[in-house]
Amino acid sequence: MFDLDPFIIRALAAGTGIALIAGPLGCFVVWRRMAYFGDSLAHSALLGIALGLLTGISSNLGTILVCSGFALILLWLQHTRILATDTLLGILAHAALSIGMVALSFAGNQRFDLHSYLFGDILTVRPEDLYWIYGGGVIVIALLLKNWLSLALMTIHEDLAKAEGVRTFWVNLMLMLLMTIVVAVSIRIVGILLITSLLIIPAATARQWVRGPEAMAVLAALLGLCAVFGGIFGSAYLDTPTGPSIVTSATLMFALLFPVSHLIKRTRMRSAL
Amino acid sequence: MNSLISAKQVSVFRDSQQILKEISLEIGERDFITIIGPNGAGKSMLLKCLMGFFSPDQGHVSARKGLKIGYVPQRLVADPTIPITAGRFLTLRRKVGKAALAAVVEETEISSFLDKPLAVLSGGELQRILLARALLNEPDLLVLDEPAQNLDITGQLGFYKLLDRVYRERELSVLMVSHDLHLVMSSTKNVVCLSQEICCHGEPRHVTKDPEFISLFGPDMAELMASYQHHHHQDHAHDHKHIHGRDHDHSETGDPAHV
Repeated sequence: MFDLDPFIIRALAAGTGIALIAGPLGCFVVWRRMAYFGDSLAHSALLGIALGLLTGISSNLGTILVCSGFALILLWLQHTRILATDTLLGILAHAALSIGMVALSFAGNQRFDLHSYLFGDILTVRPEDLYWIYGGGVIVIALLLKNWLSLALMTIHEDLAKAEGVRTFWVNLMLMLLMTIVVAVSIRIVGILLITSLLIIPAATARQWVRGPEAMAVLAALLGLCAVFGGIFGSAYLDTPTGPSIVTSATLMFALLFPVSHLIKRTRMRSAL
Repeated sequence: MNSLISAKQVSVFRDSQQILKEISLEIGERDFITIIGPNGAGKSMLLKCLMGFFSPDQGHVSARKGLKIGYVPQRLVADPTIPITAGRFLTLRRKVGKAALAAVVEETEISSFLDKPLAVLSGGELQRILLARALLNEPDLLVLDEPAQNLDITGQLGFYKLLDRVYRERELSVLMVSHDLHLVMSSTKNVVCLSQEICCHGEPRHVTKDPEFISLFGPDMAELMASYQHHHHQDHAHDHKHIHGRDHDHSETGDPAHV
């Protein structure tokens, strides 16, 4: 056994937590086509961080507040049905990003490492970050499990779910708010620019290998875990930035597994003929 | 007071346009109501309003206490990104006993493709799965929104035949939006002709002679419908005669007068 530095252990613990939450939630991001929403949410997180720095509250809390506000404004604007959702997201995301940068300039005299917020800085994870990750993670997983079947049915057919008594508006809102939690707690790990990839790459990689939605969620979590471990050890060994290394290792898994599953499917189809 | 759903003077507005205008409708036990109307007549909106998806802007909708509705949507676009088999979808978010499930599977003839992924099923197979899912709830009322819209003609015939059998054997009520009036003529008890408001309603053969129906769908459509009914009744008469004749005398079956 080799000895691990405490900061590596904390990084692994943080990454494990994020991977386990991001896998199941990422499935819904893939199924419900929320990738752009996730990206926009992450962009608006910068405003949350600025809010945290300026008011002195925790940047996690600031991010959750701003991102939740973002989600509610988006829902209200969607309800007016005047502009398409991607237009609205584009406006809101970049507005929040710009306002966040402007706000940060007011806090200019503080030492502020923009780079670590954009690409993550998992090696500086503090114990309190772990509380946020695991506390948030328990909430996310508990609510996902409780609403899993309703969410799955809604994803297949929204009106059918409505007819069968699912309160689709509230379940949808819940899903958005769960994403804000994940965004808030993952900024330390992979950064604003890379959060969505942690949600969608493991889920997308898992898709070809499973026959049921639950299996996809579990496999996505496991693949995410592999990506996190591969990324952290890889970056320690090669001295590369950790956040991008995690995403690179996730991408490598996708690039390797996707063609393999495709080939297997084709040979199976041929032998069935 | 025995109606399953009762709508009184229901109006719905969207974006300052009136979509539904003072609709009053009663759905009774063992009813089979087919709603027809041109595109944008508010048919789907009316179904959703009757099912309680939203409250009407004016008027009110009341449903019998404990009413169980089975909803069959227009189409299911099975997205390949979500991995799920037809059988799993059938019982997703449903608690059903094995016996009840087997009965519905047999009734709707879906056993051969339950193990397949939902995304590879044909339109006809998907509609049968949706109907089966609605029936698992043991509904008092089936609500169908253009259920055979995206099927080819064989699929349409098969689906409506199945629906007719379900309606007769289960003794439930049916509320359906459909353009295929000629295919449901024999099952339908009542036709409601909708174009923002109810233009005309009644038994199918009366409705197709109604001037409102003719002005809405044109004289050609009315004539076509009339001819379908004509055929339908003639076919029955013909069948009876035929069977009767066969029983009577075998040599008569070749007689051109009977054909």
